[in-house]
Amino acid sequence: MAAVFTPIAPRRAPAGTTGPLAWARANLFANPGSTLATAVIALVAVLAFPTVFRWAVSEAVFAPDANACQAARGVGACWGVIAEKWRLIVFGRYPFEAHWRPELATILLLGLVAASGLRAFWKPWLAILWLLVVPAFFVLMAGGWLGLAPVPTDQWGGLPLTVMIATFSIAFAFPLSIAVALGRRSRMPAIRTLCVLYVELIRGVPLVSLLFMASFLFPLFMPVGKSPDVLLRVMVAMTLFAAAYLAETVRGGLQAIPAGQVEAARSLGLTWWQAQRKIVLPQALALVVPGIVNSFIAMFKDTSLVTIVSLYELTGALNIALNSDANWRPFKIEGYIFIALVYFAFCFAMSRYSLWIEKRVSAGKAR
Amino acid sequence: MSKAKSWWRSQAFRGLAFQLLAVALAAFAIWYLAHNTLANMQARGIQSGFDFLSQPAGFDIGESLIAYEPLNAYWKAFLVGVLNTLRVAILGIVFATVLGTLIGIGRFSRNAIVRGICYAYVEWFRNIPVLLQLLMWYLLFAEYLPPLADAISFGDVVFLSKAGLSFPIPTWGAAGFAWSIPHPEGFVMEGGVSASPEFLAVLLGLVLYTSGFIAEVVRAGLASVSRGQVEAAASLSLTRTQAIRLVIMPQALRVIIPPLTSQYLNLTKNSSLAVAIGYPDVVSVATTALNNTGRAVECIAIVMAVFLTTSLSTSALMNWYNRRAAIRER
Amino acid sequence: MTQPIITFDKVNKWYGDDFHVLRDLDLQVAAGERIVICGPSGSGKSTLIRCINRLEEHQQGRIVVDGIELADDVKAIERVRRQVGMVFQQFNLFPHLTVLENLTLAPMYVGKVPPKEAEERAMEQLARVRIAEQAAKYPLQLSGGQQQRVAIARALCLKPRIMLFDEPTSALDPEMIKEVLDVIVELAGQGITMLCVTHEMGFAKAVADRVIFMDQGQIVEENNPHDFFDHPKSERTRDFLSKILGH
Repeated sequence: MAAVFTPIAPRRAPAGTTGPLAWARANLFANPGSTLATAVIALVAVLAFPTVFRWAVSEAVFAPDANACQAARGVGACWGVIAEKWRLIVFGRYPFEAHWRPELATILLLGLVAASGLRAFWKPWLAILWLLVVPAFFVLMAGGWLGLAPVPTDQWGGLPLTVMIATFSIAFAFPLSIAVALGRRSRMPAIRTLCVLYVELIRGVPLVSLLFMASFLFPLFMPVGKSPDVLLRVMVAMTLFAAAYLAETVRGGLQAIPAGQVEAARSLGLTWWQAQRKIVLPQALALVVPGIVNSFIAMFKDTSLVTIVSLYELTGALNIALNSDANWRPFKIEGYIFIALVYFAFCFAMSRYSLWIEKRVSAGKAR
Repeated sequence: MSKAKSWWRSQAFRGLAFQLLAVALAAFAIWYLAHNTLANMQARGIQSGFDFLSQPAGFDIGESLIAYEPLNAYWKAFLVGVLNTLRVAILGIVFATVLGTLIGIGRFSRNAIVRGICYAYVEWFRNIPVLLQLLMWYLLFAEYLPPLADAISFGDVVFLSKAGLSFPIPTWGAAGFAWSIPHPEGFVMEGGVSASPEFLAVLLGLVLYTSGFIAEVVRAGLASVSRGQVEAAASLSLTRTQAIRLVIMPQALRVIIPPLTSQYLNLTKNSSLAVAIGYPDVVSVATTALNNTGRAVECIAIVMAVFLTTSLSTSALMNWYNRRAAIRER
Repeated sequence: MTQPIITFDKVNKWYGDDFHVLRDLDLQVAAGERIVICGPSGSGKSTLIRCINRLEEHQQGRIVVDGIELADDVKAIERVRRQVGMVFQQFNLFPHLTVLENLTLAPMYVGKVPPKEAEERAMEQLARVRIAEQAAKYPLQLSGGQQQRVAIARALCLKPRIMLFDEPTSALDPEMIKEVLDVIVELAGQGITMLCVTHEMGFAKAVADRVIFMDQGQIVEENNPHDFFDHPKSERTRDFLSKILGH
């Protein structure tokens, strides 16, 4: 075998092996089972699509006209109920003329949350931004200052309430959760026991029971005669709830830091506390960001439960908007679909963001 | 000499002092809350104690696994609630596991449409709050289920109507073993057993929501098995089914079981949302009892105790399983 | 040669649209022949041997193994894999099974061998690779060298006619390379057809009938070890050899 070597230039793959046709063959018709699945699903889609399209689009009523909606009942969806009632759903019982205030407040808060999630904004002035936006939010919502009419907290509702509860419960829970996570890993048995008790107790009971506690028991815990605001009590309950779950996430991040890091820090003369603060926590927190985002998504969905203790977030606001209006009451389903889409939009976007962050974190770790 | 003087600087002393301080603070906090609670209850004329449990409840419960009447004691009412919670939780866990596993495996299908449908299912049901899902299903059932007289029948043995899903059940009577078949009589469904619309709404909502999370857990578990394992199994000429059964699933299960247990606990806790629909689970019963007797602390404590017991025993079981199943390393 | 046991006939493979990893490859391997394949990374040498047991699929050309042509026929692929044993760089032992269970798995489920006989066969192979005393241990309790020897024994349990080695010692600590190479050398003396992708040139000189140098998806040069190492014909071969033999 002594032939002279002649190099062969690379060629492009032949047409039949790549491109959409090849993809279809591999992904839709690879084997009899796959082909059958494709055929059955295509058949179902073709049969169902006209009915769904008819109900949702072609026979649906988009104008806020109650009579047209009644006429189309059973045949077409009444999206008019959204056109008519969306402001009541999104802003709850907040005074109608002043809706610009919760609107602005929500946009500011959402902007702040979004900014805090982007690595590019993790600079010292972000803390200042928090110190500015948070009071601004409360001033806009509560009023009584700068010429804004005061609005009591039991009139706050809808989307601003959801965003507010989710954001502040996570924000306040975060430092608490770090303390609890560190306490759980402490070598001092009393501290460890207290932290374990707290986490296991909170995680073992449903959020509903904690909200009932906030609603019925917190007033009893206060000195006789004082009864704090419902919203405040619910915020405390949600914060304690979030902190217990977040503490587990942070603990996972702390555990992922090899023991060698603490050993190296101690051998350089740092105390345990300094080692945690300077070496372990910064690394652990970077790992924990996806977990925090997931907790935020979970809290965002869990805020829907405050309906049960008479705070009117989106679901509660929908009930108020429709229950009292006989013309629109039959079209609650369309209202529910609208709210579901709002929740889906927020939560799906946040979960995509969380996945993106996770990829970036693991890319940073890859050798 | 200097050692004796600075004993208060030593690590051991500091640790001890810190712990004593923490415990003292915690004890003080508990005392303070208890003191206020008792004072408030006195001021409002509410009595405390669990003795109310032996008093007649005075309210009816929509559905129950055991015989119950309004004159029964409160403790029996709570028992009915607990049984209702367990009923929906256990069935929910079974169905959610089956559905979630199928969808999790479906994410690896060779068919792109199946993969896409599974992905869409997971994203849709996970990103909508479970309470909203429960309310939607309940509304759909209330609106669109036919009245009893026009019940949808499946072969005349299974009926779907505003009275729920009615199906036959075997009974043991004087004549021995027999089937009790449901049939509509006027305004009531006689015979068989009916799953109320409330129960169906809670079950359906919990199953669909939790199965999305279980599908993700199963998918992550399957993905955690390295490609090399799949290739080694293939190079040994194992068929795809054999590879999944003998090599991939055993390894995947170790990764799946802990988060799966966590999902089971979530489903059980989420069953408490039944209070929003009127399904008489333990939280609903506790709420009614609370409103009747004013004994908020006791009623909420009972609810928390029920759930804590479930959670802690499930966690203990899972820890035991984890220790047994761990892959042995050097 | 009499009917070759492996034939590659104008085989082409692409990853995606543009990466032409095997280019018009022709190769014939006689039964009992021992071949070492070397070359720079990305040259397609691992891809070549992974095509033999269909862990990779080729797009053009024909591959015939032990009289069976490799195509989409699943049953044919399974028959081929029973005749071809593979040893991986990362061992890929099943961590949830003991060493013995790792070895008896395939004979019992693929070869339909009764458990008693499968166990005897397994102990025989373990003795062959000199690791019989570890039969009850779990893979992660063993060292890298021990795990790779178990992997070799596992591949031998199906009594294959061809053994493929994909860089078997590249993931091992230096002091364990010898124990694995010794086992492979012993195997080589027993008449089994072997294709080994490796950088261990001493091993190639000791055992190979033919050394193949691959670069950019093609066979640049192939020769018996003596002529290959001492009188390389192509510039590229000389270049490569100077790099890996230099240190």
